[in-house]
Amino acid sequence: MTGVLPVTLEESRKVVQALLYSGKEYVCLMKLHDEITEDRVNAVLGEFEDEIYQRPPLRASVKRQLRIRRIYRLDFLEMDGRNVLFKVGCEGGTYIRKLCYDIGEVLGCGAHMQELRRTRAGPFVEGSGNIVTLHDVAYFFMEWQRQKEDEILRKFIQPMENALALVAKIYIRDSAVDAVCHGANLTAPGVLSLETGISHDSIVAVLTLKGEAVALARAVASTEEIVNMEHGVVAETKRVLMRRGTYPKCWKSGEI
Amino acid sequence: MPRSIGPWEIERKLLVKAEDKTNPRYGHKPDERPAEEYIRYGVINLDKPAGPTSHEVAAWVKRILKLERVGHGGTLET
Repeated sequence: MTGVLPVTLEESRKVVQALLYSGKEYVCLMKLHDEITEDRVNAVLGEFEDEIYQRPPLRASVKRQLRIRRIYRLDFLEMDGRNVLFKVGCEGGTYIRKLCYDIGEVLGCGAHMQELRRTRAGPFVEGSGNIVTLHDVAYFFMEWQRQKEDEILRKFIQPMENALALVAKIYIRDSAVDAVCHGANLTAPGVLSLETGISHDSIVAVLTLKGEAVALARAVASTEEIVNMEHGVVAETKRVLMRRGTYPKCWKSGEI
Repeated sequence: MPRSIGPWEIERKLLVKAEDKTNPRYGHKPDERPAEEYIRYGVINLDKPAGPTSHEVAAWVKRILKLERVGHGGTLET
C-alpha cells in the first residue's frame, strides 16, 4: 500500500497526535468475488457514506471493539469486470480493508481490498508539489550536505507547523509564550487573535505572531467566548511543542 | 445521499482580539529557522513505497538523515 505518509523528525514527533485523528483520503481497488452490476455496486457504496460501525480487523494495532467511523464521501470511479475503483474520504482510524470486506458482505458476493493508495493525511496531500519519495530524501539530503544551501532542505522538509494547518489556531503575545512552554494554561490576556470554529474541548494550536507552534491545547471556551474574555483560562496546555527559553520568561515566580 | 464535509474543507476566519508586535530577537518564522533547527522541527510528506511497513520507512528516513527519533503519522499498511 502506498501514498501519503507524514514522517516527523525529532521534535516534530509531538505533532503526530494532531495527524492521527485527522481526515484521510484513499483511492482503493476492490476485488469483487462475483459479477455484480455497476448500478448495484454504486447503490451499495452510497450506503456506506456517513457514519459506519466498524470492528477493527484481526491484524490491527488497536483494541478490536466495535467503533463508529465517519465516511465523509465514497465516490465510485470506475469498474472493470470484478475490479472496482473508488475514492473514499474518511475519519482517521477507518480500516479500508475492513470497509471493502463489509461492502462485499452487503453486496452478497464478498469482496477484498486489492490495492490502496492514500492521497491525503490531514493537511498533507498527494499532488501538492511537496510530496517526496525516499529517493528524493536521500538525494536532497546528500546535495544539502555537499552545498550547504538551505533552500535544498526546504525542497523536502516542511516546518512542523504545516502539520497543524487544519487545527484551529490561537495566536499569543511574546510575553505569554514561555509560560505555555513550561506547561501553564493559556489565559485570556495572552490571546491576540484566534480562528473561528473553536468550541469547548476542541484541540487548538497555540502559535506566536511569527507563526511558530508553541503547544497543542484543549480549549475550555468557544471562539465567541474567548474574544470577549478579559481574564481566566481559555485553553489547557496538552503538548508543548516549543523548547523552553526560546522566548524570555515574563512571569513572576510564585505564580503558577 | 448524506454527505458530510471533510475536516480539510472547514474554512476558518481569523478574529483579532488585541494588537501587539513580536520581538525579532526571539524565535524564528518557521521557514527561517537555522538549518539544524529546521530539520529538528521538520516534517516530510513522504510517498510511501509498497513493501516495507510504515515503521520501516520511518526507520530508513532516520538512517538517511542521521537522526535519533523519527516517527510517522498514521500507519499505512504494507
